[in-house]
Amino acid sequence: MSGRVSRRLRALGAFCWDFVVGDDWRLAFGVIVGLVLTALVSGLGVAAWWLLPALAAAILAGSVWRGSRASR
Amino acid sequence: MSGPELGLAISVFLACAVEAVEALTIVLAVGVTRSWRAALTGVGGALVVLAALIAVLGPALTALPLSVLRVVVGGLLLAFGLQWLRKAVLRAVGAKALHDERDAYEREVAAARAAGTMGAGIDPYAFTIAFKGVLLEGLEVVFIVLTFGANQHHVGIAAVAAGVAVLAVTAAGVAIHAPLQRVPENTLKFAVGVMLTSFGTFWGAEGAGAHWPGGDAALLAIVPATLVFALALVAVLRRRGSRSISSEAVAPT
Repeated sequence: MSGRVSRRLRALGAFCWDFVVGDDWRLAFGVIVGLVLTALVSGLGVAAWWLLPALAAAILAGSVWRGSRASR
Repeated sequence: MSGPELGLAISVFLACAVEAVEALTIVLAVGVTRSWRAALTGVGGALVVLAALIAVLGPALTALPLSVLRVVVGGLLLAFGLQWLRKAVLRAVGAKALHDERDAYEREVAAARAAGTMGAGIDPYAFTIAFKGVLLEGLEVVFIVLTFGANQHHVGIAAVAAGVAVLAVTAAGVAIHAPLQRVPENTLKFAVGVMLTSFGTFWGAEGAGAHWPGGDAALLAIVPATLVFALALVAVLRRRGSRSISSEAVAPT
């Protein structure tokens, strides 16, 4: 009984991870880093609007680069 | 309708259309092979669960303070959008297989035939496969409806756009009575990825305390910039791919 429950919980956890994080965890991690950096920099009173798009562009480029290399 | 509201409606419509095409393939396969009654009951059950999720989570999300909502939802939307865009770019350069609805349909039909005979009453196989297919494909749509809708306090517009997309895809499926192979799925996924990434970037940064130059009008620059960047990635990876093929062709063996 408990084995079945833990199997189901593991399956749910795996589904949620796949749903939010997907094939490359670095994308989700990069987004968190970008949001934290933006909050820190804007807290100092410095313009921080460019940080998140710059980081998003960099992590996307890195991710597709790795993905295309892995497929060859 | 304002610019962000139009962006909301278009993004939800496209995302929902893509997911509806994939769900339609599954429902058609079990409906044709096993039982339409069980397949449609499964679809109905899944739609009730999805509608309940929107009805319960929508008001709960919109009750959150705007800055918290924007940073959490913006972050999730950006992570989600980058995933869509990554897959779309990799498919566009041939590094990931394109989703083939005819192939998916044939696989579902073969599995449905292999699943054994039907008993009396509702066919549990057809019900379960249709229910799971619509629920799993629909969860992504619910996520997009809730995040986009809650951020703009327009869950209603998002839900209507999703409903229109489902109706359009269903009507097309009923009309041709076959999986929708001609829908340019990767182009739609590319467009959805661009929209999710753009809106996620905008809301996430704003929620984290940044101020965009021009306010909401910044979206008019973010969306095309994201599109151009993603297309540039496709162009660079294609050029790199063709260069590595030509260097392999001249390399001594």
